Amino acid sequence: MEKVDYDLVIIGGGPAGLTAGLYAARGRMNAVLFEKIAPGGQMLATEYIENYPGFPERMNGVELTQMMVKQAESFGLKIENDAVLSTDLAGTVKKIRLSNRTVAARAVIIASGAFPKKLGIPGEDVFIGRGVSYCSTCDAPFYRGRTVAAVGGGDTAVQESLFLTKFAEKVYLIHRRDRFRAEKILQERALANEKIEIIRDTIATGIEGSTAVEGVSIRNVKTGETGKLAVDGCFIWIGILPNSAFADPALKLDPFGFIVADAEMITSLPGVFVAGDVRSTPLRQIATAVGDAAIAAHSAERYIESQKA
Amino acid sequence: MAIGISEVGDGDFGTEVLQSDLPVLVDFWAPWCGPCRAIAPVVEELAGVYGGKVKFFKCNVDDNPVTPGKYGIKAIPTLIFFKGGNVSDQITGMVAKAKLEDKIKNLL
Repeated sequence: MEKVDYDLVIIGGGPAGLTAGLYAARGRMNAVLFEKIAPGGQMLATEYIENYPGFPERMNGVELTQMMVKQAESFGLKIENDAVLSTDLAGTVKKIRLSNRTVAARAVIIASGAFPKKLGIPGEDVFIGRGVSYCSTCDAPFYRGRTVAAVGGGDTAVQESLFLTKFAEKVYLIHRRDRFRAEKILQERALANEKIEIIRDTIATGIEGSTAVEGVSIRNVKTGETGKLAVDGCFIWIGILPNSAFADPALKLDPFGFIVADAEMITSLPGVFVAGDVRSTPLRQIATAVGDAAIAAHSAERYIESQKA
Repeated sequence: MAIGISEVGDGDFGTEVLQSDLPVLVDFWAPWCGPCRAIAPVVEELAGVYGGKVKFFKCNVDDNPVTPGKYGIKAIPTLIFFKGGNVSDQITGMVAKAKLEDKIKNLL
């Protein structure tokens, strides 16, 4: 067999990658984790986490990240700050092309996560950083005493809208449907919060302003009625897209680009495993990401042993 | 020339940044911002490499409200690149090290 640099390469340093790294390092595997920006992934943009067991006092995303990194590194996990540009994963030796070199490995765990989807409406790109935001924990304090719009109907949209009310005077929560997908407990809190005005059956059609956001145009999808909300900011939480652009084209994806795997996190390519938000899965939580990752590391270890035998 | 990152605020922004002979990178951040804390080590690492050719500053937006307002900053982390007192480039949100390094090289 061709020489490899590592037995296992883990792509991505969110909760899934860090957990896979913890298991791999603790299992004394020759493993490395590549993270393109900073460990933590979407946890970094999460103000508080209240459904990850073991932390009854709401955990901050940065603190949880730091603890996961510390724990994985305590077992010797190597975390490198480098972006994976492309991968060649079909053969027995997996090639991972980084920004300035290519490494070879026997197995790969893809834990590259997901990123927020854009609305794709006029004004959105123009005003990123000047009123358009995808991260309330980063930007909410700039809207102290102001009025903002929030777009979306899932858990993230409702939870982050609630967080916005700690600063903003008023939050218009714009949802394209009548009913919310968000967890009931979050919906109840939003309904009870007098700073949140829910605008149902409505889409945002444009974001306007001169040098910064001044308003959001909306249209009711049932009545066709249009209007404009005077706001200083527009937060967008309409779902996520997979970070799978670097993946080998031979890898089986679902129609939305998420990587398909079985219950053992085994993908369509031997020696390639997946964990966390980038996987085609019905639920994307920290708890599910770390569960995926433990299984993926276990499957990868068995695969690597079979290759060495 | 000191290598590393210094603090800059509303009081000394003019002398340290706008009147600097060297190009300047200012990292606008706040303690409550997770992504800011996450990219700080990356900025520090690059300051170690390019510190002699580019001045690196951090500006805490909580303690210094005037400067972020002047540059229309409504999101952090925001990194602004200054050359000859003028804004030459800007990045909002988390950024990969390679991309940030490219932008720093463009400043030189």
